[in-house]
Amino acid sequence: MTTAQAPSALNFDCETGNYHTFCPISCVSWLYQKIEDSFFLVIGTKTCGYFLQNAMGVMIFAEPRYAMAELEEGDISAQLKDYEELKRLCLQIKRDRNPSVIVWIGTCTTEIIKMDLEGLAPQLEAEIGIPIVTARANGLDYAFTQGEDTVLASMAHKCPTSAQVQGEDKEERNAIQKLLTFGRKADAAKVESEYVDHQPLVLFGSLPDPVVTNLTLELKKQGVKVSGWLPAKRYTELPIIDEGYYVAGVNPFLSRTATTLMRRRKCKLIGAPFPIGPDGTRAWIEKICFVLGIEPQGLEEREAQIWASLEDYIQLIRGKSVFFMGDNLLEVSLARFLIRCGMTCPEIGIPYMDKRYQAAELALLEKTCADMGVPLPNIVEKPDNYNQIQRIKALQPDLVITGMAHANPLEAQGINTKWSVEFTFAQIHGFTNARDILELATRPLRRNSQLGELGWDKLIAKDVPAQV
Amino acid sequence: MKLAYWMYAGPAHIGTLRIASSFKNVHAIMHAPLGDDYFNVMRSMLEREQHFTPVTTSVVDRQVLSRGSQEKVVDNIVRKDGEETPDLIVLTPTCTSSILQEDLANFVDRAQMDAHCDVLLADVNHYRYNELQAGDRTLKQIVEFYIKKARKQGNLATEKTAKPSVNLIGFTTLGFHNQHDCTELKRLMADLGIEVNLILPEKATVDQLAKMPQAWFNLCPYREIGLMTAEYLQEEFAQPYVDITPMGVVETARCIRKIQEVLNAQGAEVNYEDFIQQQTRYVSQAAWFSRSIDCQNLTGKKAVVFGDNTHAAAMTKILAREMGIHVVLAGTYCKYDADWFRAEVSEYCDEVLISEDNGAITDAIARIEPAAIFGTQMERHVGKRLDIPCGVIAAPIHIQNFPLGYKPFLGYEGTNQMADLVYNSFTLGMEDHLLEIFGGHDTKEVITKTISSDSDLGWHSSAQAELNKVPGFVRGKVKRNTEKFARERGLSEITLEVMYAAKEAVGA
Repeated sequence: MTTAQAPSALNFDCETGNYHTFCPISCVSWLYQKIEDSFFLVIGTKTCGYFLQNAMGVMIFAEPRYAMAELEEGDISAQLKDYEELKRLCLQIKRDRNPSVIVWIGTCTTEIIKMDLEGLAPQLEAEIGIPIVTARANGLDYAFTQGEDTVLASMAHKCPTSAQVQGEDKEERNAIQKLLTFGRKADAAKVESEYVDHQPLVLFGSLPDPVVTNLTLELKKQGVKVSGWLPAKRYTELPIIDEGYYVAGVNPFLSRTATTLMRRRKCKLIGAPFPIGPDGTRAWIEKICFVLGIEPQGLEEREAQIWASLEDYIQLIRGKSVFFMGDNLLEVSLARFLIRCGMTCPEIGIPYMDKRYQAAELALLEKTCADMGVPLPNIVEKPDNYNQIQRIKALQPDLVITGMAHANPLEAQGINTKWSVEFTFAQIHGFTNARDILELATRPLRRNSQLGELGWDKLIAKDVPAQV
Repeated sequence: MKLAYWMYAGPAHIGTLRIASSFKNVHAIMHAPLGDDYFNVMRSMLEREQHFTPVTTSVVDRQVLSRGSQEKVVDNIVRKDGEETPDLIVLTPTCTSSILQEDLANFVDRAQMDAHCDVLLADVNHYRYNELQAGDRTLKQIVEFYIKKARKQGNLATEKTAKPSVNLIGFTTLGFHNQHDCTELKRLMADLGIEVNLILPEKATVDQLAKMPQAWFNLCPYREIGLMTAEYLQEEFAQPYVDITPMGVVETARCIRKIQEVLNAQGAEVNYEDFIQQQTRYVSQAAWFSRSIDCQNLTGKKAVVFGDNTHAAAMTKILAREMGIHVVLAGTYCKYDADWFRAEVSEYCDEVLISEDNGAITDAIARIEPAAIFGTQMERHVGKRLDIPCGVIAAPIHIQNFPLGYKPFLGYEGTNQMADLVYNSFTLGMEDHLLEIFGGHDTKEVITKTISSDSDLGWHSSAQAELNKVPGFVRGKVKRNTEKFARERGLSEITLEVMYAAKEAVGA
């Protein structure tokens, strides 16, 4: 081997897993809004309920389509029959809300007492006449955004095949297509001709509707037709998935969904970097085009144009360092984008690293570091927050991307922080939203430079011993 | 199983963590799965805490599930002892560890052998107690542990202080206006010539607990947290306690008279009557306020009160007794202590509601249609929906209920704050009502938001639909910028593509 062919230099560490993150049941908060005819029932304890109610803040008051099935002592000791109890609650939900699907979210408690949700669901489904999807989004196995992965993996089983959907309502099923042909049904045939003839492509990952439209249009420009999204706006509009379809993920935390689509639905996964940042978006589209045998048009110019429009933000972060403590699995993609923006990144903490599903993203990260001439970051799986804080103190990075438990204490020590959770809820995908990522990433720097002249950057009282 | 959308009191471990994190140099280790450390977020965000919250997790994962925690918990305790040298580590069980039934007490014993600090297992059962009960128990447990330890080591300070002194018990992190209440009571004690021996648990260290018996008496301002500790100290040292919440003019006076009685029984010979008169007439504005004609307008207005025992009971009495307001319903979510609440408020309201179900209180409010509500954040939102003003008087609370300004609910300054709260709620209600009658502030209806509404550009229906998804407060700006963008490029129709192009170009 020549020196030019050095093996992957990315270093992967694994620490104790003692880190702060949201419980994966938090996926309920964005999924119930995304899937408009759903109802999410979290089967757990007061602890789960307390987390959801506090983490979701004001959303809770807007009559959400989710609730807790709060387990009581009788449920734990099996004095009450799970089936009867769940039936009672689900009938109540059916009566009050009449949803098209009830999603049961299994929690730590249902795992420990081994409540057979997957077994109970089909029986109850048949009895009450509403589809029930079960997802084990618990803190024993998963972190934060992985909750969505468990739900989508379960939903992948419920997607119809074209054989199941008869001709008449086939067109009606696809929300995206409906949107694109909105108001001009007669032109449908013409619209079809705008696409290259390729194997059907289904995208997976829950994104806000404007981002879905945006990414769909980006692909349309290349003649790529998106046959459907998992999840769709409504449960009743879940996409058709047949054997041999192509699928591509839009988020880095969807490895179970990808596996399910490949193994159970016999789809072909397009392994691409994720469409986060203009570099990621271009690479994502290029890879999809490549797999579908399409020559991409005008992407280079498009990317350059986006980069040019970001220059004012990039000036603020060029040459600065960013440290990811890790809690939502978006870390590698975000770090890759910020390095391309000219930042350095000593450490990428991440809850879980699926090297196969993220392979293309990791390769792009390596390439980006080489292109920008910066050292490769250390990727720390299952990080230890205490150790990380010692490293942050030693490194004094210009920006730490972290959870809310550490943000204020770090700010009080004069370290700029950005709450990682915001990246989960903001619109960060596609060319159009690259600006929004930088808006978030530069906000602490802009705010703190505004306040900088006041000389109050370190605000911890001297007489109180710091806890960490 | 219970279908629940909302809960008033949190799970037991939150109570334990509130106590542990109130003390200085006490660390809590939760035996919990990933994500159960949400307490740290609440502490850091709601209280805008500058220090790292002294709570870590000994993570229960799949491996622990199959093989047990084994050395993990012990290792985590010993490690934390080395890293932070706390005085005490409280091992905190959660709902998950409750059903795993691991022998946590055994882990504590083993860790104690290697750790330099003290190690305790919080004695709370997740399925039996809520946040408030657990907090009360944990505080008592810690106090009892250190009293016994001091007694064993022979350094328990049992001799009373020379001058009358008090332990103020029950101020915790994430407590509703606790820090301001604490400052106000310290001031009140200073005015009464009473030394503060110890404030508990907020900012106390565990070695200070040995001097608790030196105080002449204990004052527990909150019904929910601190009473178990006071009862323990009374049993152990015959140390009397006062559990009258000094909230409102009448109750503050009653609390001070009780303190006078307790002190005089120990030979203090104090008379606070002049002080009470002075404060009531000239310092607190609340007594005069109830006589002023503004307050006259409130006479007989209907109100609903809901909250924890302490605040809902005190508020009911203030409204009914001090302001002549008609409290139709008073309620509490402290079901476990319902008898006390009933006894406190029965003579001041028409109905009493004891419930943990927010649906029950919502229905009651809708039925009664009060002119104002005094409740938690949940009732505030019910009020919003029903167009009824609401003053927040109890947890659960949001960040806005941790004000930077001085806003005690207790003592004489507290009476002023309460008067403002009540008055502002009702006036807003009146104003609203009048506006409705007279058809709004301004009878000229606004036809368009912009000066000129006509546009030479056509919006494609899909783009129009997209525009309608943009939040109202920025929609105008997005529309203007997109049209400007289109005009500059000579486009006559705005499609989805144009919208996104405009967003990229000008951030529309």
